[in-house]
Amino acid sequence: MIKGEHISKSFEGRTVLNDISVEFETGKTNLIIGRSGSGKTVLLKTLVGLHSPDTGRILYDDVCYTELGFNERKAIRKDIGMIFQGGALLDSSTVVENVKLPLDLFTEQSEEEKLERVNFCLRRVQLENADHLYPSELSGGMIKRVAIARAIVLNPRYLFCDEPNSGLDPQTSVVIDNLIQDITCEYNITTIINTHDMNSVMEIGEKIVYIHEGKKWWEGSKDDILLSENKELNDFVFASAMAKRAKQLIVK
Amino acid sequence: MGKVFSIPEKPGIYGRRIMYEMEALGFNSIGLTAIISIFIGAVITLQMAINLESPFIPKYLIGYATRETMILEFSSTVVALILAGKVGSNIASEIGTMRITEQIDALEIMGVNSASYLILPKIVATVLFFPLLTLLSILIGTIGGYIIAAATDIMIPAQYIEGLFYCFRTYSIVYSLIKMAVFAFIITSVSAFCGYYAKGNSLEVGKSSTRAVVASSIAIMLFNLILTQLLLT
Ligand SMILES: Nc1ncnc2c1ncn2[C@@H]1O[C@H](COP(=O)(O)OP(=O)(O)OP(=O)(O)O)[C@@H](O)[C@H]1O
Ligand SMILES: [Mg+2]
Repeated sequence: MIKGEHISKSFEGRTVLNDISVEFETGKTNLIIGRSGSGKTVLLKTLVGLHSPDTGRILYDDVCYTELGFNERKAIRKDIGMIFQGGALLDSSTVVENVKLPLDLFTEQSEEEKLERVNFCLRRVQLENADHLYPSELSGGMIKRVAIARAIVLNPRYLFCDEPNSGLDPQTSVVIDNLIQDITCEYNITTIINTHDMNSVMEIGEKIVYIHEGKKWWEGSKDDILLSENKELNDFVFASAMAKRAKQLIVK
Repeated sequence: MGKVFSIPEKPGIYGRRIMYEMEALGFNSIGLTAIISIFIGAVITLQMAINLESPFIPKYLIGYATRETMILEFSSTVVALILAGKVGSNIASEIGTMRITEQIDALEIMGVNSASYLILPKIVATVLFFPLLTLLSILIGTIGGYIIAAATDIMIPAQYIEGLFYCFRTYSIVYSLIKMAVFAFIITSVSAFCGYYAKGNSLEVGKSSTRAVVASSIAIMLFNLILTQLLLT
């Protein structure tokens, strides 16, 4: 379980997160949704500790993460997998080297065991025949999938995904969404996903938090979201004409 | 800075990265160093010959002057300034790009001490390798001078060789190597620092790499003065 209590964050006097309190449950896919620029990435980075919050605290299974020093955080960070919005693969390493890096750094496995694990993860994200390519030779979607493989290679206990399927075709998106959900259940991970893709929301949204202008506006599950009365949420969810009509039918 | 020098957890990985950086930052600078050194060696010999045109000055002093200039200033300080341009901008832009594309954040999230992982191998590699470039530069520079002496009729090559060994002090070379090791440390750490704290976009990366070259060049000049004062007087 990851809990944020009264988190605020501002950059140069501009408030980006405004007193957000949320709880993300273990073994569930928790979604953060919101419009572009609403503060999703900042919230995610604050939760993992890349930004330190101006106020409030963050708890990882009742350990107060915000109060830990660098070395104590390191222990928790080995249990964290994160997929960045842009992939953030190391440019100077190949696909295999990128995925293998966490194993190199934190395990004592033999080279063969490591490669086996790397190949297993690459197969799970359906990426084959790209082992020795460099990030600059990959398509956007492939980069995302390598990033996912790297994030899960150490069997993390906490998984953070910043728009894991932006830039992927709808079919691959569904595969990735289901993959994330599967490993979440299988290994009982606390997974937090940033997205503005409504398909993902309806596919895997077990717990959804809606962020609007830096505030938590609404939370619930994918079944609640269609029936919500919240105006801003409805504007976001039912943005297109077709969706608005569908909403009217649901309400009737 | 303290973060850079914390004890690495997996020395094996650092060993591999040091070898990689030696090739990328050191080995790949050999060509540039050699080309510049051979021309400067030739030009110094030529200029000495022109300026020392007098029956009272023995010709071998030309070889002596070339050697001393190469060892004392050119092969350490000037080569360091050139490397600050080549290697410094390379390091700053590489690390700066890693910063803005979140690669450094990704390392941090894995629990890696990113400053140490990225910067320490570069520092070790350059501090070990750049003095070798100094030796190479001294050697090639004096060869450049010899070629000019042999190709023109300014002097007899044998006199040039005589000058090369006239009043030779090994300590001058030691002084030169110490200077270069310090300059290597300055170039790498200043440039890495500029890149590591870059923020924003590609414009900022460009600026940080300019800043890296300017700052490390100035630091080199300053330390050149300090080290000369300390080591030679
Ligand atoms: N490092 C930073 N310094 C200053 N302002 C920032 C920084 N990071 C984010 N912001 C600001 O915070 C706001 C929220 O940004 P954020 O990246 O969280 O949006 P987002 O919800 O992830 O959007 P998207 O869906 O487009 O990724 C933006 O207005 C942005 O300008
Ligand atoms: Mg974002």
